[in-house]
Amino acid sequence: MAEKKSSGDFISSIWDFFASVQLAIVTLCTISLVSIVGTILPQKEAAEWYIQKFGPALSRFIDLFHLNDMFGAVWFKALLSLLSANLIICSIDRFPGVWKQVTADMTKTPAKRLFAMKRSTTWTASASLEIAKDQSTRYLSGKGWKIKAGETEEGILLCSRKGAWTRLGVFFVHGSILVILVGAIIGATLGFKGTVSILEGEGIGKIRSNDTGAFINLGFEVRCDGFNIDYYSNGMPKEYRSDLTILENGKEILHKAVKVNSPLTYKGITFYQSSYQAYKDSLISITDKETGKEKTFMVPFQKELPWKEEGLRFGVINNKSTGEKITQLKIWFADPSGPPSIFWMDAGNRVTIERGRKHYLFLGEQLYSTGLQVAKDPGVWWVYTGCVLILFGLFVTFFTSHRRIWLLLTEQGGKTSIYMAGSTNKNKIGFDKTFYELGENLKNLKP
Amino acid sequence: MTVFDERVQKKAYGYYDRCLPLRDINKRQPIFGVFMTSSQLLGITTFAYLFSTLLYVTMFVFRIKGLGKFATGFTFIALIIHSAGIGLRWHESYQMGIGHAPLTNMYESVVFFAWTIIAIYLVIEWKFRVKTIGAFAVPFAFLAMAYASLSNDVTRGITPLVPALQSNWLIAHVITCFIGYSAFTVAAGLGFMYLIKDKSDNKRSSDDKTLLGSLPPLQQIEDITHKTMIFGFIWLTAGIITGAVWANTAWGTYWSWDPKETWSLITWFIYAITLHARYTRGWGGKRVAWLAIIGFVSVIFTYYGVNFILSGLHSYGSNG
Repeated sequence: MAEKKSSGDFISSIWDFFASVQLAIVTLCTISLVSIVGTILPQKEAAEWYIQKFGPALSRFIDLFHLNDMFGAVWFKALLSLLSANLIICSIDRFPGVWKQVTADMTKTPAKRLFAMKRSTTWTASASLEIAKDQSTRYLSGKGWKIKAGETEEGILLCSRKGAWTRLGVFFVHGSILVILVGAIIGATLGFKGTVSILEGEGIGKIRSNDTGAFINLGFEVRCDGFNIDYYSNGMPKEYRSDLTILENGKEILHKAVKVNSPLTYKGITFYQSSYQAYKDSLISITDKETGKEKTFMVPFQKELPWKEEGLRFGVINNKSTGEKITQLKIWFADPSGPPSIFWMDAGNRVTIERGRKHYLFLGEQLYSTGLQVAKDPGVWWVYTGCVLILFGLFVTFFTSHRRIWLLLTEQGGKTSIYMAGSTNKNKIGFDKTFYELGENLKNLKP
Repeated sequence: MTVFDERVQKKAYGYYDRCLPLRDINKRQPIFGVFMTSSQLLGITTFAYLFSTLLYVTMFVFRIKGLGKFATGFTFIALIIHSAGIGLRWHESYQMGIGHAPLTNMYESVVFFAWTIIAIYLVIEWKFRVKTIGAFAVPFAFLAMAYASLSNDVTRGITPLVPALQSNWLIAHVITCFIGYSAFTVAAGLGFMYLIKDKSDNKRSSDDKTLLGSLPPLQQIEDITHKTMIFGFIWLTAGIITGAVWANTAWGTYWSWDPKETWSLITWFIYAITLHARYTRGWGGKRVAWLAIIGFVSVIFTYYGVNFILSGLHSYGSNG
């Protein structure tokens, strides 16, 4: 670790600095403290807003340090990079030592070290060396302790360990943070975030980038077949739903009802229900009941529209609404057969109108456009992998341990003297129990 | 343009309390043969935790060991009533036709918070056989319940879920976060306990001669604090992750540095620092006790402060 290198070596002292826990603690403290600023000062407001709120001097300061978009500022990214460098270098620094512990040949452990261990017990078995060895090996193997035997000056050394690899848990945790950051970088460089608003019945092939405001071509078309809001009985929204269709070269590929928490993904691009706009305009479908001909019109409020082929004229002259939701439409409708019909209808319902000998079916609905958040983020699976890895790593780091036991068997006039020692890197009390239980049971083995 | 983007969606969490309850909210079914509602059960729970607090504090202050068993038993019964209250509230939401787990607004989450504090405390008491911790942990559960029951910031009606909150990730997020928060709360109680014991003449063992002496040895308090913080840290990690997954399925961004997310990260850093400090520099004792308390303050700010203190500064936090 840090102390082993000569202090005169400049490069190694830089290395030690980046490998140190002190740097990690200082960096984490710094990131935490500056982040507080970013939570108190509203982010990403317009420049004028800061001037108005804080005056010219303070807003210049805010501008200088990019405090208005702190988490995107270069210096904040530099802090995150420093943390990453710290994680990488400290891992490289420590890994060889830990790897040595994981792979160490336990049969080479010097007897002196074994005798210095606090967790130890000793007894004499009446069996001969070979028999005592076989017995102990069989018993411990049965308990899941795989034995490796070695010859030493003192006699036979039986060694076993469990969970050696768990010493690597901390590298999983630190590595997973890097994996998450890599995922974030991939998402930021290869992905995009955008928004698009689609009128009911219409389709789009490009969206607007949130960052640059430029158009991004999707490479396919998205059509909004309809937008719908469901309400609870108390008026709270229950569901926002857009019925979307994906088209390629004019061919319908797939339909999906996109809801909040239930997006649509196609070719790596995901569409999220994120907003809507209600218009005063209406969608009116008229069916000629005799001929079965049907057509849907987008009807601006209080504007007359013709259906030339049928010789019809119609319009919405008034409506009733609760909030922004139109509940009833007042329709003006004329054909050559006589004076125009004027009637109220419930939005979303069908009404049949009699004109002379002809019957027309009316369906009137409020016009909506759906607002979609569009995201492409190829880094997200890296992030999720990192998340799984960090939980796994934390579990290994804190709840599993590397436990080792040694049995030194020495011949003593036909009998065998046994010295047993054990060590663990965590959960010492728990291991004490296991260790002394094993010891007791070994003592009581009958020859 | 009606926007229900991220900011507005997040406002909904903890703020939709202000919505009108459904009309049939008062249709409750009789339980246990009497006309009992979840709010009555949770009201009883609040008083039960007050009594539990008094039992534990009396036991500690007057060093009446015999009271310990009674305090534990009583607290356990209070927890059962509490669980029944949460279960009944769940049931009631289904009767109203808007069934969802009772974990979706400020009131419900604080009630769950108190439940987890007691559950975690009782496990610690059972595992380490130290009853004096109760005098430092149970009061938090009482305060949480009292706040949930009495504060004007909190509306207690069962409300339906707005679209953004209709997600299993939200349930996972609330459960994981609050297990973490509760563990940190108990750890802060233990931190106080450590600092008090540190003033005692008898730091290394426990005796009944003095008030402070009756507390467990410093070494043991530190050990329990550390284990509780590790437990909380893992759950907070899971809580941040489930929150990120939820955000990503709801609006395509797993992390947006909004104040709630940022504060949860600050809290995570504080405990990360604490765990590193102890592991690698031999920090211990007093400093860890203080960090447990500072971490708890950060937890409360993440949960409460962001909604109610920073709200004045942010468009998404305003009442509505």
